[in-house]
Amino acid sequence: MTGAAAAARRWAPPPLIASAWLRRGLALGAAIYLALALGTLRVNWRRVWEGLDRGGAFVVGFARPDFVSRWVEISEGILEGLVMTVTATAVGILISVPIGLGAARNLAPLPVYLACRGIVAASRTLQEVIVAIFFVAMFGFGPLAGVLTLSFATVGFLAKLLAEDIEDTDPAPAEAVRATGASWLQLLNYGIQPQVMPRLIGLSLYRLDINFRESAVIGIVGAGGIGATLNTAFDRYEYATAAAILMTIIAIVMTAEYGSGLIRRRVQ
Amino acid sequence: MPVREVAGVRDWQRRARGRRLLGWLGWLGGTAVVVASWQAISAHTMWTFVWDAPVQGADLASRMFPPRWAYTARLWRPLWDTLNIATLGTLAALVPAVPVAFLAARNTTPSATLIRPAALLVIVSSRSINSLIWALLLVSVIGPGVLAGIVAIALRSIGFVAKLLYEAIEEIDRAPVEAVTATGAGRGQVVSYGIVPQVLPAFAGISVFRWDINIRESTVLGLVGAGGIGLELQASVNVLAWPQVTMIFLLVLATVIVSEWVSARVRHAII
Repeated sequence: MTGAAAAARRWAPPPLIASAWLRRGLALGAAIYLALALGTLRVNWRRVWEGLDRGGAFVVGFARPDFVSRWVEISEGILEGLVMTVTATAVGILISVPIGLGAARNLAPLPVYLACRGIVAASRTLQEVIVAIFFVAMFGFGPLAGVLTLSFATVGFLAKLLAEDIEDTDPAPAEAVRATGASWLQLLNYGIQPQVMPRLIGLSLYRLDINFRESAVIGIVGAGGIGATLNTAFDRYEYATAAAILMTIIAIVMTAEYGSGLIRRRVQ
Repeated sequence: MPVREVAGVRDWQRRARGRRLLGWLGWLGGTAVVVASWQAISAHTMWTFVWDAPVQGADLASRMFPPRWAYTARLWRPLWDTLNIATLGTLAALVPAVPVAFLAARNTTPSATLIRPAALLVIVSSRSINSLIWALLLVSVIGPGVLAGIVAIALRSIGFVAKLLYEAIEEIDRAPVEAVTATGAGRGQVVSYGIVPQVLPAFAGISVFRWDINIRESTVLGLVGAGGIGLELQASVNVLAWPQVTMIFLLVLATVIVSEWVSARVRHAII
């Protein structure tokens, strides 16, 4: 190789998508989509401009949150959210365990497997808020509709991950237990449960955390929790109160995340 | 090995007595909290409504079918808006998420005592607050519409993408980074030749995953006025037009399934 040719050749890292045609096609498609999307975007820029003052007011509200003037509503809402979270997580775990067992291919026969997977898929595709609208329509306003919504959402999350974990277990202990003449329940208790328990505890704690975050949302459609108070605070432009509520939520989520991290490290 | 003697028979136990006691106390406490919580919920529930629920549910179901197919013609535009909210929101989140992730990762942050906690705080704040709540805030600040939805999705996604990306950055192989450093490369060159190629597939996967979640979330943002198909949902629920609600659900369900399929295919191709 001559020196001139070597100088003309520059090394470049290989691209993520190897096929040049696919790369160009995707880029072109993305460009066309962006042009269409931005072209059809309807934004009232004057309203946005006028709103920036309020945005400033919100930032100021964060600097000086007002916990006092709506303290009763805030504390009741947060407490209701926590109560809903605990109940819904407990109910969700109780329902998830049998469904998770049924959705594990190495434990359940095919019809049971398909039925349980169907329940999991239904729970995962339906948005919490949409489910909450239904439960509020059926059970009336209040925390019970919220508990049912969160329990339903918990099943989709927990049963799926539990089933996958059961499918990944080491078959040797299960076989050894079965060889002693154990019944199906004994097989679960001694062959499967010790293998999946640490992860089940970890996932449940994680879900507790998610359920609290979600409980703040479903209140907007009337299913209990802090959401309704937050909605009212924004509607009345009481940004200092809204900031106080958001800061409380963030603080609780951070505490829960830290606490569940500690517990998970101990059990796993 | 913990062994207990009962009537002269030595019985094997899985745990020692102290740990068993601790376990039981944990269960007792947990059960007490759950029971107390349930009683609080029960006290706030109108049980007459609950006993009525099967009747109400059947009534609702009978009102919801058949879906109003002709209504679909009015839904294409809101659906397009919903897709735009999710996609533009995700794109807008990627821009700030990348630097935040590099500032938060232990091996790339310029200062572990000052900048890393700040980056982590940004991530936690963004993650703790659901996009629907961000939308509430933004509708009240910049007015109802698609833009509020896009910004809400973006604000929620920054934390998600940055968290997963910084975890990916912390897990990279050190050898290529050292090799690039040994050639006398500058800081920027080390990042672009030593780190970026290693996390690029993860980054693409995370982005598509978040896009899929955002499609789901953007369908309900309209409930608080932030544009998209949720606006139609809110309008239909408010006037109790249940056949229209069914139609919206079918469309949302189809969109979610398609987006999940696309995301699964893309992630499968990358990883």
